[in-house]
Amino acid sequence: MIGRAVKHRDSALWVAAMVHRISGLALAIFLPLHFLALGLAIESEARLESFLRWSDQPLVKAAEIGLVFLFTVHLLGGLRILVIENFDWRDGQKQLATLAAALSALVAFAFLVRVF
Amino acid sequence: MNVRLYVWQRATAAVMAPLVVVHIAVIFYATRHGMSAADILSRTRGSIAWAAFYGVFVLAVSIHASIGVRNILSEWTPLNERRVDACAVFLGLVLAVLGLRAVAAVVLP
Repeated sequence: MIGRAVKHRDSALWVAAMVHRISGLALAIFLPLHFLALGLAIESEARLESFLRWSDQPLVKAAEIGLVFLFTVHLLGGLRILVIENFDWRDGQKQLATLAAALSALVAFAFLVRVF
Repeated sequence: MNVRLYVWQRATAAVMAPLVVVHIAVIFYATRHGMSAADILSRTRGSIAWAAFYGVFVLAVSIHASIGVRNILSEWTPLNERRVDACAVFLGLVLAVLGLRAVAAVVLP
């Protein structure tokens, strides 16, 4: 019974929907911190500069790479939803979802190459 | 999610799609061309274009994120609808206020 109830979770499209949701939630949690960091410029340029130098740490850079991935995967997942809902149905949704994840990984990798 | 919230979430998503692409490009550009406060502020201070771009971005993301989080709270937590709505409105306001403050911080001369 339970096996049947969660069978849909094997689907790549269910995983795509979950990735879209989790990435959106993570971005919503990150955003206030991002805004607070940029808001340091209100106090002084030096305060912002001090934060930026703190963010040069490898662990922070690694987190930024994760954020770039989440940002891109949420964008591509959202575009997929907008296309499904507003245009004629096309086959290959699983391939599109996989492509979205692969493209996001590529963008994050390109960012990794830049920051390290 | 009712129809009104659905339309707002999809409309803000459509508005943000090109903004996100530009923002990702800006992130890449900034990491290559200087991530010091002086570099960033020299590009943004006094710029009406960046103020408009990020002002719209902040307002759209505040609406989009608060509706998205509302859906998650509604489906994944035992909170009643009133509390879910209150959390969503609170998040939307926090994002809008902090976001517009951040835009002001980097664009005002």
